[in-house]
Parts: sequence; structure tokens; C-alpha cells
Amino acid sequence: MAEPRRGPRVGLFVTCLVDLFRPTVGFAAVKLLEDAGCTVEVPRDQTCCGQPAYNAGDRATAQDLARRTIAAFEGFDHVVVPSGSCAGMIRKHYPALLADDPAWAPRAQHVAARTHELVSFLVDVLGVTWVDARYDDTITYHDSCSGLRELGVKAQPRRLLASVRGVKFTELPDAEVCCGFGGTFCVKYPDISNRMVEDKAANVASTGAGTLLAGDVGCLLNIAGKLKRQGSPVKVRHVAEVLSGLADETPPIGDAAR
Amino acid sequence: MESTAHSFPENARRALQDDTLQYMLAKSRSGFQLRRAAAAQRLPEFEALRDQGRDLKNHVLEHLDVYLEMFESKVVERGGHVHWCRTAEEAREAILGICQKAGAKTVTKGKSMIAEEIAVNDHLEAHGLIPIETDLGEYIIQLRKEPPSHIIAPAFHVSKEQVADAFRAAHTDLPPDRPLEEPRELITEARLMLRRRFQEADVGITGANFLVAETGSTIIVTNEGNGDLTQTLPKVHVVIASIDKVVPTLEDVSTLLRLLARSATGQEFSAYTTFSTGPRRPGDLDGPEEFHVVLLDNGRSALLGTEFQEVLRCIRCGACMNHCPVYGSVGGHAYGWVYPGPVGAVIDPALIGIKEAGHLPNASTFCGRCEAVCPMRIPLPKMMRHWREKEFEEKLQPATMRQGLGVWGWFARRPGFYHAAARMTARMLRRASGSDGKLGSLPLPMLSGWTEHRDLPAPEGRTFQELWAERRGKK
Repeated sequence: MAEPRRGPRVGLFVTCLVDLFRPTVGFAAVKLLEDAGCTVEVPRDQTCCGQPAYNAGDRATAQDLARRTIAAFEGFDHVVVPSGSCAGMIRKHYPALLADDPAWAPRAQHVAARTHELVSFLVDVLGVTWVDARYDDTITYHDSCSGLRELGVKAQPRRLLASVRGVKFTELPDAEVCCGFGGTFCVKYPDISNRMVEDKAANVASTGAGTLLAGDVGCLLNIAGKLKRQGSPVKVRHVAEVLSGLADETPPIGDAAR
Repeated sequence: MESTAHSFPENARRALQDDTLQYMLAKSRSGFQLRRAAAAQRLPEFEALRDQGRDLKNHVLEHLDVYLEMFESKVVERGGHVHWCRTAEEAREAILGICQKAGAKTVTKGKSMIAEEIAVNDHLEAHGLIPIETDLGEYIIQLRKEPPSHIIAPAFHVSKEQVADAFRAAHTDLPPDRPLEEPRELITEARLMLRRRFQEADVGITGANFLVAETGSTIIVTNEGNGDLTQTLPKVHVVIASIDKVVPTLEDVSTLLRLLARSATGQEFSAYTTFSTGPRRPGDLDGPEEFHVVLLDNGRSALLGTEFQEVLRCIRCGACMNHCPVYGSVGGHAYGWVYPGPVGAVIDPALIGIKEAGHLPNASTFCGRCEAVCPMRIPLPKMMRHWREKEFEEKLQPATMRQGLGVWGWFARRPGFYHAAARMTARMLRRASGSDGKLGSLPLPMLSGWTEHRDLPAPEGRTFQELWAERRGKK
């Protein structure tokens, strides 16, 4: 038998929210990447991409965390992130953040160019056109802001979801409007954030879908938190859980174990 | 205008509880967005025009002194006057001086955000003059004694019932039982009242959307034609404009005009685009006898060469606020100063100080829609972040936030400690949620804003890193 072709070596940037709240998303990412022929590693030296510091104006801490992330990931063929927001941070903001540091600017650019949001990596880089999964429900999809506007993630998740057996897809009205999470925004301006997530929840309800998916755990915690507070039966999951077929392994976000 | 930007959270809370405002916001929001999208779609070169517009204004900002002086010399050549004003106060005095010299009593005004910025109406009133806003929206809010809530639709927060109330209170010489239910009735009444004012005005003040260096022309765009009557009927025409409005040529102006209306209202062109070049010439049938341009700096030149220079590309179309989910939630008054929305969150701190306006660049989720629709491609989120950096450097943020960030940063720099803390937090939150899958309240006061409005979904219980290490160990 011929030696199996060795796929690209991928470093998984787990993200702090997946690590803490939703490890299943990490395993879903690993499964999708391995199924597509990648060798996946998870560097132990990773923590957070630095966005909380960056968006709070603490440039020094953000730079520090950027350097650590770069050092942990620069040896991989690709860096893959199950979040458009954190992928955008590394891909779009690290080079700007370290532009004035002659030692680190090239390293930042090197890692940035190799960093991708999970689903767009599968479709755009690996050429994946379908997944082997089943999920029996009507699904609607929220386009998280950074993935959408910084990385152009829009068609890729829809394309792969179309290949999941049992899925009926229905578009979410105002799918491209922010859910109101915004990192620390949601606790700094809770009333405004609430208005935004109320609108999002109302739009979700209007679709009649049984499941809401998105590609960022931050947005999902926010939307699920609102839906659950309202007593909504809508199931909320990260898109990778459905694409990988791991949705049965854990209850939806914010729901009790069955 | 007295700033209330420092009370943004309280302003926002009030706005969220104002049912009329919420109804008006919801009504106008989708209209603006759909019309802008359709207009952009209809013009194949729209994206290329945005690049041209950006490059053009970048060029101007690199050579602002040259183009301003060129503009001045052309205005003078055509018999007009230019008044250079460093501050709002200097501009107010210049305008008052012109009005007093003309012996003016009534002053008509076209719509101008710069006039709001320097609060010229209050100043004129304090000196016995009667300033009359002639843009319908501005007229309404003048009667209601409130500032504009949007840079191109100043009264869009006002319902037609509220307009009728304002008209009944102000137009006391009209029959009290007249019908004022229909928009047409309101417009007819406004037109009747404003006609009288146009005829009695001694001075007309307009803003300017653009100043043309090669001709010394000033340009306004309107949909009501009020600007034309304001600037052609009185003896004296005063244009008030900030220094960033200058562009080199008429050709350049047409590039920007093609972007402006499409981005603002979704029109291909505004109903009226009016060029003013100097006073009435011998043989002209109409036009003012005097033509003045009051050029205002008010802190703008200080932005040149800084990380905020690019905001001076703004052509005041309002697209950023029309697409902003925060503006769409609270409206313009909550921002507390002249320029609301994303562009206000960048400009206001520059003009009134970050200490006063610190909330504005923080009240953004960085969703990026403003930058996505800005015809001049101004990186508004990036600049809001720069303001947050200034706040951080000057230690202006709340102590709890700084301390929280400090603790978090300490852990985030130390993966071993970080992973241990994450394991503990995941377990703790899981345990606190019981079998519910979610938490209704949290012990940390910092996070009460979250649980006030929504549950916190519980973590699965163990971190990815620990599960991954286990899985690796088994292999």
C-alpha cells in the first residue's frame, strides 16, 4: 500500500472562549481538519489572541500577546482558528500592531498570511466541497462581524451546510447586523448591547428555525444567553459542531443536558 | 452647543426608553440602508469611485495649505472676502460682525453642521438678531429648541404629530383649528412661514459641502431649494465651512458629488446642487451684494500628521450612522455633541477632548459596518481604537476595568497559570449552573450587565486544553 499523502501541518489556535466554554468546538475543528487530510497540533503556549487588551487601548499588552502567539505558531504551514474574530485579529491586526518593531514585523506578516478562519480555510484553501454529517433540523445562520467584514466569510459555511444531510437552511433577516456582543462592549454598555441582541433574537424567532449557528463563540454565548433568558427553544451551536457531526456529543449552548 | 457626551450611558438609557424615538429609528434605519445599497449597486464604478475619493482627499490633506490659499485668492479675485478663524469663538464673532455691519435684523440659514459646532444661532440671538433655519428639518428642531440628531436628517427623530404640535405652538397667527395631520399640510405651512422670512432676511448663512480651490466657488447640495433662497435673496451671503472642505478642481468635486448623494440618501444626485462664486456681478439679475467665506479650523489642523488625519476625508454623508447598530439603537442625541454616530465618535473627542467625549469611541462593537459603507473609506473603528489607546495612556478608563485588564493580562502572559485558571473557572461556572446549562446571575459585579439582560451559558465543564492533553496521553 502506498504511503498516505502527508497533508499540511496545521496549528490550531483554540481561542480562549472555545477553551473555556465550548471545548467541543475545538474537537470539531480537529475532526474537520483531520478529515480534510491535515495534521493538527495544538501548541500549549497559547492563551488569548490579545483582543481584549487591543480593543481596550492597552497596546503594550496586546503586542506582548501577539508576540507570544506568533512564536507559538510560526512553525506551522497554516494557523486555523474556529473564530472569525480571533482569526481577524491575527491576520489583519497583528501586522499593524507590530509594524514598528523591525524584529517582529516580518514574523507577524508571516503568521498573518498563514492564518485562517476554520470554515473558510476548509473551503477556500483545502477545496473542501462537502462534509459527511447529518443534522435533522431547520438551520439559520448569523454572520459574525469580523469574519464577514475582515475575512469575507459568508458563502463558505452556507456551502458546507448545504451538504449536511437532513439540514434545511433558512436565511436570517439582518444576518449581517452585529448581535451586540462586541467583547467588553456588552458589559460596558449593557443596555445598548441588550437592544441589539433583542433584535437579533427576534429575527431568529421570525425564521421559525430550530437551530441557530454562527462561527464565533462570543456571539453565540450572547445570542444563546438572550434566547435562553426568553425561554426560547431554539438550539444554538457553533457551525463546526454541525459540520463535524459532533453535535450529538454535547447539549446546545445554554441548554441543560438531556 | 453644551456637550453631554460624558453622560452617554444615561443619555442612551433614556433614548432606549423613548418609544417615539425607537419607532422613528426603526422606521428610518432600513430605508436609508436599502436606498444606499441600491444606489451603489446601480453604479458599476461605485467601488472605484470610493478609491478615487479617498485618494483625492488624501492628496488635499497633504497639501491643505496650498489649496486653502488658492481658494482664498480666487474668492478675493471674484470680489468676496475670506475670514480665517482658528476657533468657534472667532467664527461666531466674524459672523456677528458681518451681520452687524450690514445692519441685519433677520438672518436666514441653510443647513450647516459647522453652524451647530460654533453655536452661531445662540450668539446671534444674544445680540438681538433673529436667525431662522430654512431647511425643514432644521426649522422643526429650531422650534423645538433641540439640536439635530443626524447630520443630514436633523429632525428624523420627530414624528409628524410632534411637528404639528411644534407648528401650532409657534405659528400663533394662523387659525388654531386648521388641519395639520397630513405631511402635505405641514409642508405647506412651513413653506408659507419661511417665504415671509426669506423676503425679510438681510443676511443669508449657508454651509458648504465643498470649496473649490481653482474657482473660489462654494457648493451646497439640498433637496428643498431652501439654500438657494437663503443665499440669493439677502444682500449679504455668508458661507461657513471648515478647512477640510476644500478640493482642487471642479472635476474633483464631481467625483465626490457622485459619491455623496448615493451614500447619504441613495439618490444619484441631490435635487439642488448650487455653486456660489463671489457676489453679484454687474449685469447679474440676482445674487448678494457681499460674499463672505468664514473658514473654520477649530482643532482640525491639529489632526494633520496624526493617526486621526484620515477622518478629515469625511464628506458628511451620514452613511456611517445610518448603518451603525449603536446609533440605530439610541439615535443621535445620546452622543451628546454635534456629530453623532461613528464619525462623531472619532471627531468629537478631537474637538471637545477625549476626557469629555471618552464614551463615544468606546460605545462601539467594532462591527465594521461604518467602514464598509464609508464612501471615503475612513477606517473609523481603527481610529476609535486610537482614542481608546489615548484614554489608556492617560489612565482615563474606570479603575475596575484597568485592574480587571491587568489581572487578565498577567495570566494571559503565563500559559501555565492561564490554563490552570481556565480549568478552575470552567469547573466553577459549571458547578454553579447545576444541571441547568446556564447561569442567571454571576458573583462578579463587573459582569452584572450581562446577566441583567441575558443568561450566561454554562461552560461544558473542562477546558479544551486539558481534554486535548488527556487525549494525547492516551494515544
